Amino acid sequence: MRREVPIVICFLAGFFFISDFFIPEPHWTQIAHRVNQWAIIVIAFAYVLGVGNIVRVNSQVIKRKERDWGYKILLLSGLVLMIILGIGFGIKEGTTFNWIFMNAMYPMQATMFSLLAFYIASAAFRAFRIRTWEAALLGVTAVLVMIGRVPVGEFLWRPFPDFIEWIMNVPQLAAKRAIMIGAALGAISTGLKVLVGLERTYMGGE
Amino acid sequence: MKKKILKILESLEKLDRRIIFIFIVGAIALPLIFPLNIDFSVTPPVQSFYDEIQSLPEGSKVLLACDYDPGSMPELWPMNLAVVRQLCQKNLKVISIQLWATGSPLAEAAFNQVAVSEFNKKYGVDFVNLGFKEGREIVMVSLGESIPITFPTDYHGNRVEDLPIMKDVKNYKDLDIIINISGGLPGTKEWILQVVSRFHIKLVSGCTAVSAPEFYPYLQSGQLVGLLGGMKGAAEYEKLVGETGLGRRGMDSQSVSHIVVFLFILIGNIAYFSTRKKKKR
Repeated sequence: MRREVPIVICFLAGFFFISDFFIPEPHWTQIAHRVNQWAIIVIAFAYVLGVGNIVRVNSQVIKRKERDWGYKILLLSGLVLMIILGIGFGIKEGTTFNWIFMNAMYPMQATMFSLLAFYIASAAFRAFRIRTWEAALLGVTAVLVMIGRVPVGEFLWRPFPDFIEWIMNVPQLAAKRAIMIGAALGAISTGLKVLVGLERTYMGGE
Repeated sequence: MKKKILKILESLEKLDRRIIFIFIVGAIALPLIFPLNIDFSVTPPVQSFYDEIQSLPEGSKVLLACDYDPGSMPELWPMNLAVVRQLCQKNLKVISIQLWATGSPLAEAAFNQVAVSEFNKKYGVDFVNLGFKEGREIVMVSLGESIPITFPTDYHGNRVEDLPIMKDVKNYKDLDIIINISGGLPGTKEWILQVVSRFHIKLVSGCTAVSAPEFYPYLQSGQLVGLLGGMKGAAEYEKLVGETGLGRRGMDSQSVSHIVVFLFILIGNIAYFSTRKKKKR
Protein backbone atom coordinates (compact mmCIF):
# COMPACT_ATOMS: atom_id res chain seq x y z
CA MET A 1 0.00 0.00 0.00
CA ARG A 2 2.87 2.38 0.77
CA ARG A 3 3.88 2.26 -2.89
CA GLU A 4 0.53 1.81 -4.61
CA VAL A 5 -1.26 4.77 -3.01
CA PRO A 6 1.31 7.44 -4.09
CA ILE A 7 1.40 5.94 -7.60
CA VAL A 8 -2.40 6.13 -7.87
CA ILE A 9 -2.44 9.73 -6.54
CA CYS A 10 0.33 10.68 -8.99
CA PHE A 11 -1.51 9.06 -11.91
CA LEU A 12 -4.84 10.70 -11.10
CA ALA A 13 -3.32 14.16 -10.52
CA GLY A 14 -1.18 13.96 -13.66
CA PHE A 15 -4.02 12.65 -15.80
CA PHE A 16 -6.35 15.33 -14.44
CA PHE A 17 -4.05 18.23 -15.35
CA ILE A 18 -3.16 16.81 -18.76
CA SER A 19 -6.83 16.33 -19.60
CA ASP A 20 -7.57 19.89 -18.41
CA PHE A 21 -5.14 21.12 -21.06
CA PHE A 22 -6.87 19.23 -23.85
CA ILE A 23 -10.56 19.14 -22.76
CA PRO A 24 -12.14 22.62 -22.84
CA GLU A 25 -15.23 21.48 -20.86
CA PRO A 26 -16.39 24.27 -18.45
CA HIS A 27 -17.09 22.03 -15.43
CA TRP A 28 -13.80 20.22 -15.84
CA THR A 29 -11.95 23.53 -16.21
CA GLN A 30 -13.64 24.91 -13.09
CA ILE A 31 -12.50 21.94 -11.02
CA ALA A 32 -8.99 22.34 -12.41
CA HIS A 33 -9.07 26.03 -11.49
CA ARG A 34 -10.12 25.17 -7.92
CA VAL A 35 -7.23 22.71 -7.65
CA ASN A 36 -4.89 25.40 -9.00
CA GLN A 37 -6.00 27.71 -6.18
CA TRP A 38 -5.18 24.96 -3.67
CA ALA A 39 -1.76 24.60 -5.26
CA ILE A 40 -1.08 28.35 -4.87
CA ILE A 41 -2.00 28.11 -1.17
CA VAL A 42 0.20 25.03 -0.67
CA ILE A 43 3.12 26.84 -2.37
CA ALA A 44 2.60 29.82 -0.03
CA PHE A 45 2.93 27.44 2.91
CA ALA A 46 6.16 26.12 1.40
CA TYR A 47 7.60 29.60 2.02
CA VAL A 48 6.92 29.22 5.75
CA LEU A 49 8.61 25.83 5.60
CA GLY A 50 11.55 27.40 3.75
CA VAL A 51 11.98 30.12 6.36
CA GLY A 52 11.78 27.50 9.12
CA ASN A 53 14.44 25.45 7.39
CA ILE A 54 16.79 28.42 6.96
CA VAL A 55 16.42 29.32 10.63
CA ARG A 56 16.99 25.70 11.75
CA VAL A 57 20.07 25.02 9.58
CA ASN A 58 21.77 28.35 10.24
CA SER A 59 21.08 28.52 13.97
CA GLN A 60 22.77 25.11 14.31
CA VAL A 61 25.87 26.47 12.55
CA ILE A 62 25.86 29.52 14.87
CA LYS A 63 25.40 27.35 17.96
CA ARG A 64 28.37 25.12 17.04
CA LYS A 65 30.40 28.11 15.84
CA GLU A 66 31.15 26.34 12.59
CA ARG A 67 32.84 27.94 9.56
CA ASP A 68 31.41 31.38 8.56
CA TRP A 69 29.04 31.44 11.56
CA GLY A 70 29.29 35.22 11.68
CA TYR A 71 27.71 35.48 8.24
CA LYS A 72 24.86 33.26 9.39
CA ILE A 73 24.04 35.77 12.14
CA LEU A 74 23.90 38.46 9.47
CA LEU A 75 21.66 36.25 7.31
CA LEU A 76 19.20 35.53 10.11
CA SER A 77 19.21 39.16 11.28
CA GLY A 78 18.40 40.30 7.74
CA LEU A 79 15.65 37.70 7.47
CA VAL A 80 14.02 38.69 10.76
CA LEU A 81 14.41 42.43 10.09
CA MET A 82 12.81 42.24 6.62
CA ILE A 83 9.95 40.06 7.87
CA ILE A 84 9.21 42.49 10.72
CA LEU A 85 9.48 45.56 8.45
CA GLY A 86 7.45 43.97 5.64
CA ILE A 87 4.62 42.58 7.73
CA GLY A 88 4.61 45.34 10.34
CA PHE A 89 5.04 48.48 8.23
CA GLY A 90 4.25 47.45 4.63
CA ILE A 91 6.27 47.08 1.46
CA LYS A 92 5.10 50.05 -0.62
CA GLU A 93 7.28 52.92 -1.84
CA GLY A 94 8.33 55.16 1.01
CA THR A 95 8.54 52.35 3.56
CA THR A 96 11.77 51.20 5.22
CA PHE A 97 11.34 47.78 3.62
CA ASN A 98 11.35 49.34 0.16
CA TRP A 99 14.23 51.66 1.07
CA ILE A 100 16.39 48.70 2.12
CA PHE A 101 15.44 46.82 -1.07
CA MET A 102 16.31 49.74 -3.36
CA ASN A 103 19.48 50.78 -1.50
CA ALA A 104 20.96 47.46 -0.39
CA MET A 105 19.49 44.54 -2.33
CA TYR A 106 19.42 46.39 -5.67
CA PRO A 107 23.07 47.58 -5.75
CA MET A 108 24.34 44.28 -4.33
CA GLN A 109 22.55 42.15 -6.92
CA ALA A 110 23.49 44.54 -9.72
CA THR A 111 27.13 44.35 -8.61
CA MET A 112 27.13 40.56 -8.66
CA PHE A 113 25.65 40.53 -12.17
CA SER A 114 28.04 43.23 -13.41
CA LEU A 115 31.02 41.11 -12.42
CA LEU A 116 29.98 38.75 -15.21
CA ALA A 117 31.24 41.23 -17.81
CA PHE A 118 34.76 40.95 -16.39
CA TYR A 119 34.72 37.17 -16.03
CA ILE A 120 33.28 36.70 -19.54
CA ALA A 121 36.02 38.92 -21.00
CA SER A 122 38.71 36.96 -19.17
CA ALA A 123 37.13 33.60 -20.07
CA ALA A 124 36.76 34.60 -23.75
CA PHE A 125 40.45 35.49 -23.89
CA ARG A 126 41.43 32.06 -22.57
CA ALA A 127 38.72 29.82 -24.06
CA PHE A 128 38.47 31.00 -27.68
CA ARG A 129 41.74 29.40 -28.82
CA ILE A 130 41.41 28.02 -32.34
CA ARG A 131 42.82 24.57 -31.65
CA THR A 132 40.46 22.58 -33.93
CA TRP A 133 38.08 23.26 -36.83
CA GLU A 134 35.10 23.08 -34.49
CA ALA A 135 36.72 25.61 -32.17
CA ALA A 136 37.40 27.85 -35.18
CA LEU A 137 33.75 27.69 -36.22
CA LEU A 138 32.59 28.49 -32.70
CA GLY A 139 35.11 31.28 -32.21
CA VAL A 140 34.45 32.99 -35.56
CA THR A 141 30.65 32.83 -35.13
CA ALA A 142 30.90 34.13 -31.57
CA VAL A 143 33.05 37.07 -32.63
CA LEU A 144 30.75 37.88 -35.57
CA VAL A 145 27.63 37.85 -33.39
CA MET A 146 29.41 39.83 -30.67
CA ILE A 147 30.44 42.62 -33.05
CA GLY A 148 27.33 42.49 -35.22
CA ARG A 149 24.94 42.85 -32.28
CA VAL A 150 26.33 46.23 -31.25
CA PRO A 151 26.17 49.53 -33.18
CA VAL A 152 29.87 49.47 -34.02
CA GLY A 153 29.22 46.38 -36.21
CA GLU A 154 26.77 48.32 -38.34
CA PHE A 155 29.20 51.25 -38.41
CA LEU A 156 31.91 48.98 -39.82
CA TRP A 157 29.67 47.19 -42.33
CA ARG A 158 26.12 48.38 -43.03
CA PRO A 159 24.42 44.97 -43.61
CA PHE A 160 26.09 43.44 -40.50
CA PRO A 161 22.85 43.40 -38.37
CA ASP A 162 20.95 41.65 -41.21
CA PHE A 163 23.68 39.04 -41.45
CA ILE A 164 23.52 38.48 -37.67
CA GLU A 165 19.72 38.15 -37.84
CA TRP A 166 20.27 35.47 -40.53
CA ILE A 167 22.69 33.61 -38.18
CA MET A 168 20.12 33.82 -35.40
CA ASN A 169 17.18 32.85 -37.63
CA VAL A 170 18.74 30.01 -39.60
CA PRO A 171 21.74 28.07 -38.19
CA GLN A 172 21.18 29.06 -34.55
CA LEU A 173 17.45 28.45 -34.71
CA ALA A 174 17.80 25.09 -36.46
CA ALA A 175 20.17 23.79 -33.76
CA LYS A 176 18.07 25.29 -30.98
CA ARG A 177 14.84 23.80 -32.30
CA ALA A 178 16.45 20.36 -32.64
CA ILE A 179 17.63 20.51 -29.02
CA MET A 180 14.22 21.73 -27.84
CA ILE A 181 12.31 18.99 -29.67
CA GLY A 182 14.72 16.37 -28.33
CA ALA A 183 14.37 17.67 -24.78
CA ALA A 184 10.56 17.86 -25.11
CA LEU A 185 10.36 14.24 -26.30
CA GLY A 186 12.53 13.24 -23.34
CA ALA A 187 10.29 15.18 -20.95
CA ILE A 188 7.14 13.55 -22.39
CA SER A 189 8.60 10.08 -22.05
CA THR A 190 9.82 10.73 -18.47
CA GLY A 191 6.43 12.25 -17.59
CA LEU A 192 4.55 9.24 -18.92
CA LYS A 193 6.88 6.89 -17.03
CA VAL A 194 6.17 8.79 -13.80
CA LEU A 195 2.41 8.77 -14.45
CA VAL A 196 2.14 5.05 -15.08
CA GLY A 197 4.46 4.22 -12.19
CA LEU A 198 7.46 2.97 -14.14
CA GLU A 199 9.64 5.76 -12.78
CA ARG A 200 9.44 5.76 -8.97
CA THR A 201 12.59 7.57 -7.86
CA TYR A 202 10.48 10.50 -6.62
CA MET A 203 9.29 8.20 -3.80
CA GLY A 204 12.88 7.42 -2.80
CA GLY A 205 14.75 4.22 -3.51
CA GLU A 206 14.68 2.15 -6.76
CA MET B 1 64.79 40.27 -32.05
CA LYS B 2 62.78 37.17 -32.92
CA LYS B 3 63.42 35.81 -29.41
CA LYS B 4 62.27 39.05 -27.89
CA ILE B 5 59.00 38.99 -29.87
CA LEU B 6 58.46 35.35 -28.91
CA LYS B 7 58.97 36.24 -25.25
CA ILE B 8 56.42 39.05 -25.48
CA LEU B 9 53.94 36.68 -27.15
CA GLU B 10 54.55 34.06 -24.44
CA SER B 11 53.81 36.59 -21.74
CA LEU B 12 50.70 37.71 -23.65
CA GLU B 13 49.39 34.18 -23.70
CA LYS B 14 49.56 34.07 -19.92
CA LEU B 15 48.22 37.59 -19.53
CA ASP B 16 47.11 38.41 -16.00
CA ARG B 17 43.33 38.65 -15.90
CA ARG B 18 43.54 41.83 -13.85
CA ILE B 19 44.96 43.60 -16.93
CA ILE B 20 41.91 42.43 -18.91
CA PHE B 21 39.68 43.74 -16.11
CA ILE B 22 41.34 47.20 -16.30
CA PHE B 23 40.75 47.36 -20.05
CA ILE B 24 37.10 46.37 -19.60
CA VAL B 25 36.61 49.08 -16.95
CA GLY B 26 38.04 51.62 -19.41
CA ALA B 27 35.96 50.28 -22.29
CA ILE B 28 32.76 50.60 -20.27
CA ALA B 29 33.44 53.83 -18.37
CA LEU B 30 35.09 56.03 -21.01
CA PRO B 31 32.25 55.93 -23.58
CA LEU B 32 29.82 56.83 -20.80
CA ILE B 33 31.90 59.96 -20.08
CA PHE B 34 32.75 60.72 -23.73
CA PRO B 35 29.83 59.37 -25.83
CA LEU B 36 30.51 58.33 -29.42
CA ASN B 37 26.83 58.39 -30.44
CA ILE B 38 27.17 55.62 -33.01
CA ASP B 39 23.90 55.29 -34.89
CA PHE B 40 22.15 51.95 -35.35
CA SER B 41 19.13 50.58 -37.18
CA VAL B 42 16.14 48.71 -35.72
CA THR B 43 16.06 44.93 -36.16
CA PRO B 44 12.83 43.10 -37.19
CA PRO B 45 12.02 41.49 -33.78
CA VAL B 46 12.15 44.92 -32.07
CA GLN B 47 10.12 46.54 -34.86
CA SER B 48 7.44 43.82 -34.46
CA PHE B 49 7.36 44.41 -30.69
CA TYR B 50 6.75 48.12 -31.23
CA ASP B 51 4.26 47.64 -34.08
CA GLU B 52 2.14 45.15 -32.11
CA ILE B 53 1.64 47.63 -29.28
CA GLN B 54 1.23 50.53 -31.68
CA SER B 55 -1.53 48.69 -33.56
CA LEU B 56 -3.73 48.40 -30.44
CA PRO B 57 -6.67 50.81 -30.32
CA GLU B 58 -6.78 53.42 -27.54
CA GLY B 59 -8.13 52.02 -24.27
CA SER B 60 -7.04 48.44 -24.99
CA LYS B 61 -6.10 46.44 -21.93
CA VAL B 62 -2.58 45.12 -21.61
CA LEU B 63 -1.07 42.68 -19.11
CA LEU B 64 2.48 43.72 -18.20
CA ALA B 65 4.36 40.93 -16.39
CA CYS B 66 7.57 42.27 -14.85
CA ASP B 67 9.41 39.05 -14.01
CA TYR B 68 12.94 40.18 -13.19
CA ASP B 69 15.22 41.28 -10.37
CA PRO B 70 17.83 44.00 -9.81
CA GLY B 71 20.53 41.67 -11.19
CA SER B 72 19.15 42.02 -14.71
CA MET B 73 18.16 45.68 -14.34
CA PRO B 74 20.89 47.11 -16.62
CA GLU B 75 19.24 45.28 -19.52
CA LEU B 76 15.59 45.12 -18.48
CA TRP B 77 14.96 48.36 -16.61
CA PRO B 78 15.43 50.54 -19.75
CA MET B 79 12.93 48.23 -21.51
CA ASN B 80 10.44 48.49 -18.65
CA LEU B 81 10.56 52.30 -18.70
CA ALA B 82 10.25 52.46 -22.49
CA VAL B 83 7.37 49.96 -22.52
CA VAL B 84 5.43 51.97 -19.91
CA ARG B 85 6.17 55.10 -21.94
CA GLN B 86 4.77 53.63 -25.17
CA LEU B 87 1.71 52.28 -23.34
CA CYS B 88 1.07 55.73 -21.85
CA GLN B 89 1.61 57.48 -25.19
CA LYS B 90 -1.00 55.17 -26.72
CA ASN B 91 -3.41 55.63 -23.78
CA LEU B 92 -3.62 51.90 -23.14
CA LYS B 93 -4.82 50.46 -19.83
CA VAL B 94 -2.02 48.60 -18.06
CA ILE B 95 -2.51 45.73 -15.60
CA SER B 96 0.82 44.68 -14.12
CA ILE B 97 1.67 41.48 -12.27
CA GLN B 98 4.95 39.98 -11.10
CA LEU B 99 5.90 36.33 -10.77
CA TRP B 100 9.22 37.36 -9.23
CA ALA B 101 8.99 38.86 -5.73
CA THR B 102 11.82 41.25 -6.57
CA GLY B 103 9.91 42.56 -9.59
CA SER B 104 7.18 44.33 -7.61
CA PRO B 105 9.14 47.35 -6.33
CA LEU B 106 10.75 47.73 -9.75
CA ALA B 107 7.41 47.70 -11.58
CA GLU B 108 6.05 50.18 -9.03
CA ALA B 109 9.07 52.46 -9.52
CA ALA B 110 8.68 52.32 -13.32
CA PHE B 111 5.01 53.36 -13.07
CA ASN B 112 5.84 56.20 -10.69
CA GLN B 113 8.72 57.43 -12.82
CA VAL B 114 6.88 57.37 -16.17
CA ALA B 115 3.10 56.92 -15.87
CA VAL B 116 2.59 59.20 -12.85
CA SER B 117 5.40 61.79 -13.17
CA GLU B 118 5.50 62.20 -16.96
CA PHE B 119 1.97 61.37 -18.11
CA ASN B 120 -0.07 62.15 -15.02
CA LYS B 121 -1.87 58.78 -15.29
CA LYS B 122 -4.20 57.76 -12.51
CA TYR B 123 -3.66 54.63 -10.44
CA GLY B 124 -6.59 52.22 -10.65
CA VAL B 125 -7.97 53.98 -13.73
CA ASP B 126 -5.13 53.97 -16.27
CA PHE B 127 -2.85 51.42 -14.65
CA VAL B 128 -2.73 49.00 -11.73
CA ASN B 129 -0.02 46.96 -10.07
CA LEU B 130 -1.47 43.67 -8.81
CA GLY B 131 1.86 42.75 -7.22
CA PHE B 132 3.56 39.41 -6.73
CA LYS B 133 1.97 36.00 -6.44
CA GLU B 134 3.95 32.82 -5.84
CA GLY B 135 3.01 29.78 -7.89
CA ARG B 136 4.77 30.44 -11.20
CA GLU B 137 3.03 28.47 -14.01
CA ILE B 138 0.02 27.77 -11.79
CA VAL B 139 -0.59 31.51 -11.44
CA MET B 140 -0.31 31.94 -15.22
CA VAL B 141 -2.94 29.26 -15.83
CA SER B 142 -5.10 30.51 -12.97
CA LEU B 143 -5.27 33.99 -14.55
CA GLY B 144 -6.90 32.33 -17.53
CA GLU B 145 -9.83 31.41 -15.33
CA SER B 146 -10.09 34.50 -13.14
CA ILE B 147 -7.76 37.44 -12.54
CA PRO B 148 -9.70 38.82 -9.49
CA ILE B 149 -9.69 35.40 -7.80
CA THR B 150 -5.98 34.87 -8.42
CA PHE B 151 -5.17 38.44 -7.30
CA PRO B 152 -7.96 39.46 -4.86
CA THR B 153 -6.00 42.57 -3.77
CA ASP B 154 -3.43 44.73 -5.54
CA TYR B 155 0.09 45.76 -4.44
CA HIS B 156 -1.40 48.52 -2.28
CA GLY B 157 -4.00 46.30 -0.61
CA ASN B 158 -7.03 47.60 -2.59
CA ARG B 159 -9.73 45.15 -3.58
CA VAL B 160 -9.07 44.40 -7.26
CA GLU B 161 -12.76 44.14 -8.13
CA ASP B 162 -13.34 47.71 -6.84
CA LEU B 163 -10.78 49.29 -9.21
CA PRO B 164 -12.29 51.01 -12.30
CA ILE B 165 -9.58 49.58 -14.59
CA MET B 166 -10.56 46.04 -13.57
CA LYS B 167 -14.20 46.52 -14.51
CA ASP B 168 -15.08 43.92 -17.15
CA VAL B 169 -11.69 42.25 -16.79
CA LYS B 170 -12.19 38.65 -15.82
CA ASN B 171 -9.47 36.70 -17.59
CA TYR B 172 -7.20 36.63 -20.65
CA LYS B 173 -10.22 36.96 -22.96
CA ASP B 174 -10.59 40.56 -21.78
CA LEU B 175 -6.98 41.45 -22.49
CA ASP B 176 -5.45 42.36 -25.85
CA ILE B 177 -1.81 41.45 -25.39
CA ILE B 178 0.69 40.24 -22.78
CA ILE B 179 4.03 42.02 -22.43
CA ASN B 180 6.60 40.06 -20.48
CA ILE B 181 9.83 41.60 -19.18
CA SER B 182 11.71 38.43 -18.40
CA GLY B 183 14.87 37.91 -16.35
CA GLY B 184 14.75 34.11 -16.35
CA LEU B 185 12.46 31.46 -14.96
CA PRO B 186 9.47 31.77 -14.73
CA GLY B 187 9.45 34.03 -17.76
CA THR B 188 8.80 34.20 -21.46
CA LYS B 189 9.16 30.48 -22.14
CA GLU B 190 6.58 29.64 -19.46
CA TRP B 191 4.19 32.33 -20.72
CA ILE B 192 4.39 30.78 -24.19
CA LEU B 193 3.99 27.19 -23.01
CA GLN B 194 1.24 27.79 -20.47
CA VAL B 195 -0.69 30.77 -21.81
CA VAL B 196 -0.13 31.61 -25.51
CA SER B 197 -0.85 28.16 -26.91
CA ARG B 198 -3.66 27.52 -24.42
CA PHE B 199 -5.55 30.81 -24.18
CA HIS B 200 -4.68 32.12 -27.66
CA ILE B 201 -3.43 35.55 -26.66
CA LYS B 202 -0.58 37.51 -28.22
CA LEU B 203 2.71 37.80 -26.35
CA VAL B 204 5.69 40.11 -26.78
CA SER B 205 8.81 39.78 -24.68
CA GLY B 206 11.78 41.78 -23.48
CA CYS B 207 14.53 39.54 -22.15
CA THR B 208 18.23 39.48 -21.31
CA ALA B 209 20.67 39.13 -24.23
CA VAL B 210 21.81 35.74 -22.98
CA SER B 211 18.31 34.25 -23.15
CA ALA B 212 17.21 35.89 -26.44
CA PRO B 213 18.48 33.08 -28.74
CA GLU B 214 16.24 30.65 -26.84
CA PHE B 215 13.14 32.55 -28.00
CA TYR B 216 13.93 32.78 -31.71
CA PRO B 217 12.14 29.48 -32.48
CA TYR B 218 8.97 30.86 -30.84
CA LEU B 219 9.38 34.13 -32.71
CA GLN B 220 9.56 32.30 -36.03
CA SER B 221 6.58 30.10 -35.19
CA GLY B 222 4.49 33.18 -34.32
CA GLN B 223 3.94 32.16 -30.69
CA LEU B 224 5.93 35.27 -29.80
CA VAL B 225 5.13 38.34 -31.88
CA GLY B 226 7.97 40.63 -30.83
CA LEU B 227 11.26 40.40 -28.97
CA LEU B 228 13.65 42.85 -27.31
CA GLY B 229 16.97 41.11 -26.68
CA GLY B 230 19.23 42.68 -24.06
CA MET B 231 20.40 46.26 -23.87
CA LYS B 232 20.67 46.50 -27.68
CA GLY B 233 16.99 45.53 -27.98
CA ALA B 234 16.17 48.15 -25.34
CA ALA B 235 18.18 50.78 -27.21
CA GLU B 236 16.44 50.03 -30.53
CA TYR B 237 13.06 50.14 -28.81
CA GLU B 238 13.91 53.47 -27.11
CA LYS B 239 14.75 54.81 -30.57
CA LEU B 240 11.29 53.81 -31.81
CA VAL B 241 9.54 55.23 -28.75
CA GLY B 242 11.52 58.45 -29.22
CA GLU B 243 13.60 58.67 -26.08
CA THR B 244 17.27 58.63 -25.17
CA GLY B 245 17.22 56.34 -22.18
CA LEU B 246 19.67 54.09 -20.40
CA GLY B 247 19.65 51.57 -23.25
CA ARG B 248 20.83 54.03 -25.90
CA ARG B 249 23.35 55.59 -23.53
CA GLY B 250 24.81 52.15 -22.84
CA MET B 251 25.30 51.26 -26.50
CA ASP B 252 28.66 53.01 -26.89
CA SER B 253 30.04 51.20 -23.83
CA GLN B 254 28.79 47.90 -25.18
CA SER B 255 30.31 48.59 -28.61
CA VAL B 256 33.73 49.48 -27.24
CA SER B 257 33.78 46.63 -24.69
CA HIS B 258 32.87 44.10 -27.42
CA ILE B 259 35.72 45.42 -29.57
CA VAL B 260 38.09 45.10 -26.61
CA VAL B 261 36.99 41.50 -25.98
CA PHE B 262 37.47 40.75 -29.70
CA LEU B 263 40.99 42.23 -29.60
CA PHE B 264 41.85 40.11 -26.57
CA ILE B 265 40.61 36.98 -28.37
CA LEU B 266 42.73 37.96 -31.39
CA ILE B 267 45.84 38.63 -29.28
CA GLY B 268 45.34 35.36 -27.42
CA ASN B 269 45.20 33.41 -30.68
CA ILE B 270 48.21 35.17 -32.23
CA ALA B 271 50.20 34.40 -29.09
CA TYR B 272 48.93 30.83 -29.06
CA PHE B 273 49.87 30.11 -32.69
CA SER B 274 53.24 31.85 -32.45
CA THR B 275 54.33 29.96 -29.36
CA ARG B 276 52.79 26.60 -30.38
CA LYS B 277 55.78 25.53 -32.50
CA LYS B 278 58.18 26.29 -29.67
CA LYS B 279 56.05 24.29 -27.23
CA LYS B 280 55.95 21.31 -29.63
CA ARG B 281 59.73 21.30 -29.82
